Amino acid sequence: MSQKERIAGGVANYVDERTGAAKWLNKNLKKVFPDHWSFMLGEVALYSFIILLLSGTFLTFWFDPSQRDVIYNGSYQPLQHVQMSAAYASTLHISFDVRGGLLMRQIHHWAALLFMASIIAHLLRVFFTGAFRKPREANWLIGVGLVTLGIVEGFLGYSLPDDLLSGTGIRIAEAILQAIPVVGSYIAFFAFGGAFPGHVFIPRIYTVHVLLLPGAFLALITIHLMLVWYQKHTQYPGPGRTEKNVVGYPLMPVYMAKAGGFFGIVFGITAFLGAVASINPIWLYGPYTPGQISAGSQPDFYMGWLDGLVRMSPPLETHAFGHTISWNILIPGLIVPGILFTGMALYPFIESWISGDKKEHHLLDRPRNVPNRTALGAMSLTFMMVSLINGGNDLIATHFHMSINQIMWMSRIGIFVLPPLAFVITKRICLSLQRADRDLVLHGRETGRLVMLPHGEFVEVHEPISPEKAWTLTSHIQPQALSTATEDANGVAKPKALVNKLRSRMSAANAEQMPAATATEAQELEGGHH
Amino acid sequence: MNNIEKFQDPGLPEHIHRKADHDEGAAKKAERQVAILFLFSALGTVLAITSYIFIPNNIVIFIPIMGDQVASQLFLGLGIAMATFFLGMGAVHWAKTLMPDTEVIAERHEFRSEEVDRDAFVATVKEQGGAAGLGRRTLIKRSLGLAGALAALTPIVMLRDLGPQPKKQLNTTSWESGTRLVTDPGDRPIKPSDLEVGAVAQVLPALKAGEERTLENVGKDAVLLIRLNPNEFNLDSERLSWTHDGIIAFSKICSHMGCAVALYEQQTKHLLCPCHQSTFDVTRAAKVIFGPAARPLPQLAITIDSEGYLIAKQPFTEPVGPSFWERNSK
Repeated sequence: MSQKERIAGGVANYVDERTGAAKWLNKNLKKVFPDHWSFMLGEVALYSFIILLLSGTFLTFWFDPSQRDVIYNGSYQPLQHVQMSAAYASTLHISFDVRGGLLMRQIHHWAALLFMASIIAHLLRVFFTGAFRKPREANWLIGVGLVTLGIVEGFLGYSLPDDLLSGTGIRIAEAILQAIPVVGSYIAFFAFGGAFPGHVFIPRIYTVHVLLLPGAFLALITIHLMLVWYQKHTQYPGPGRTEKNVVGYPLMPVYMAKAGGFFGIVFGITAFLGAVASINPIWLYGPYTPGQISAGSQPDFYMGWLDGLVRMSPPLETHAFGHTISWNILIPGLIVPGILFTGMALYPFIESWISGDKKEHHLLDRPRNVPNRTALGAMSLTFMMVSLINGGNDLIATHFHMSINQIMWMSRIGIFVLPPLAFVITKRICLSLQRADRDLVLHGRETGRLVMLPHGEFVEVHEPISPEKAWTLTSHIQPQALSTATEDANGVAKPKALVNKLRSRMSAANAEQMPAATATEAQELEGGHH
Repeated sequence: MNNIEKFQDPGLPEHIHRKADHDEGAAKKAERQVAILFLFSALGTVLAITSYIFIPNNIVIFIPIMGDQVASQLFLGLGIAMATFFLGMGAVHWAKTLMPDTEVIAERHEFRSEEVDRDAFVATVKEQGGAAGLGRRTLIKRSLGLAGALAALTPIVMLRDLGPQPKKQLNTTSWESGTRLVTDPGDRPIKPSDLEVGAVAQVLPALKAGEERTLENVGKDAVLLIRLNPNEFNLDSERLSWTHDGIIAFSKICSHMGCAVALYEQQTKHLLCPCHQSTFDVTRAAKVIFGPAARPLPQLAITIDSEGYLIAKQPFTEPVGPSFWERNSK
């Protein structure tokens, strides 16, 4: 026995004698994880969260979350002797007088953008591959919670420096609170400790940003990962992969090395961005005052869609009985986002209700094989993209010399027209791709080799595809439409006839597909050809 | 009906060995590559710490494309980036070339338990749950519900002291009749002759003795003065009487969401809010001509005092800033 083996054995022995965990650890160190690049997206989110915790902790050592007035006296000359809040002054201090301070601020901000971008990419992967289906509905709900909290956490974070740009964002948030019917002005006054901007909001959101929400993130991420662990990871369909197994690499050593190494790579890329790419240069904006603003005021991208919705809203307000209801704020700021996120959270349950599918699923879907879901996803994405583009309409107008009014009108019309169009087009593309799969299985791969037959006809030689590929292309579930009769045998309408009718219609749309090629068909074709 | 035969699962494809699996030379080469990556990482740490200690924080260097960069931040960051990135690359390369790459199959079991266990579980839940008698004892059930719901009220009530009640604060500003308009910044009173035709100025109400300017006041009091040719106005007689010598005054706080309406187009005489692009026509009392704002910017009636300085004729006749429930628009 080599010395190394003796040390390893000694460690294992030490742990087991104190925890009795030998059996459990042995099993879990060998736990198998399937391999696919798209499983990396959630990992990026996790690692950027860790980077956020590390860089954020560094920033708290110097940041002073206070709105008391100070006169700036640091090394940034243009703002010398300017009156500002302590929060803004300490952010300047971090940026110019703490070595590595600016770097950490930029790493923190880049990591936040990466965190949100990877969460969204991960969410899309889970959605389009159907990974949210039974038994993983709870993890989908946690994920929706995480993306929602992420938006709030990011907004609070970039609001902390109390610069002119972020203060404008807080002003808008205050207006949304104030617009809530009946209790709005009370909520706004309680949140801000009086009239806007007050002196308490920055310290309050600081507590929420560094304590309350990170705590919630830690708790939710822990449950999220424990569920992934316990329920085992999903895998893509393919030869040898079934609903009853997991094919992949063991945690120790391959996944430990790959995941640990990947953390280093993500950290490295974030640090590189923080080093070379300036982000949120608050010293250029100046301290916040409600009487000033800079042109091109933009939120970070994960808030951009919300801002875009607010921008495109028509000027609707109700004035009645001495009260005002601002629909131009409530609809884009609260009602539409509320519907979108509630719909997203409930989607697994809605889909299972439509399809009547109550089975466990561990094999992922190829998006083309579930045209309705894929089309719905494309539709939601299109909605978000139109909103996001309109959120940057001022920058688009100035950069491309376009009329801002026209961009706004394009968005106002586009938000209604483009998403349904995206649905129809995506569904058709999915069905065509299914047809292409079917052709490929039945007729084989086009080789590009042309052959002249004895009677002069030219044909392209097709080569049969491998049995592995044929299996991958034909093994997917082919849903059947639910037959929900609206009348019983005697012609009497069943209760809830309308709901049943809706359900059977959606179920029929859901089941629309090209039948997968079968071996029988392939053989028949084979016989016909020769 | 003839039997339709589906394609069969051919099972896991045969494992293809990597070169390093059977060629000791290739394995040695991979090992060297991993070591080189780890060495790069070590160099990165050296770069980071050296930059931190030896490059002063005030040295700015010019780098093409990137422009001026603070040298210590740049090299510290590049060092950290190298250190972490190559550490990661090394580990991944090690895993991919030298660690076992045979795919392993683990069994997966349906989560649903055996019928026996399920029945026993359901029975336990029913029995033990029933033993508490919550279903039968409605008095307990209802009083428990009451107590629980009430208990949740305390933390909500305890948030009450977060701030004062709004009272009339959203309805009022510091402008009173006779308040002088003063420049922001500078706090100097202004005469109409200070503004040329086409000029814009931001003003605030003059402070009374002993008063200090707060951001809360600025957030309500900020006013924009614009001077046009008097014949360019398209106003009713009352609103026209609120102007002075072609000078018209509006609240600078957007009637949509409270941003500062700061972009003035001299040619079109439009005011544009940079937040959501609401556009107001100055010649028509800041009527909304585009964007989400639903109300014009409130106009402040101005005139001059005996010394010829601009003053407010009267307070704003409506609340400034974004809407709120208690706002009475008529």
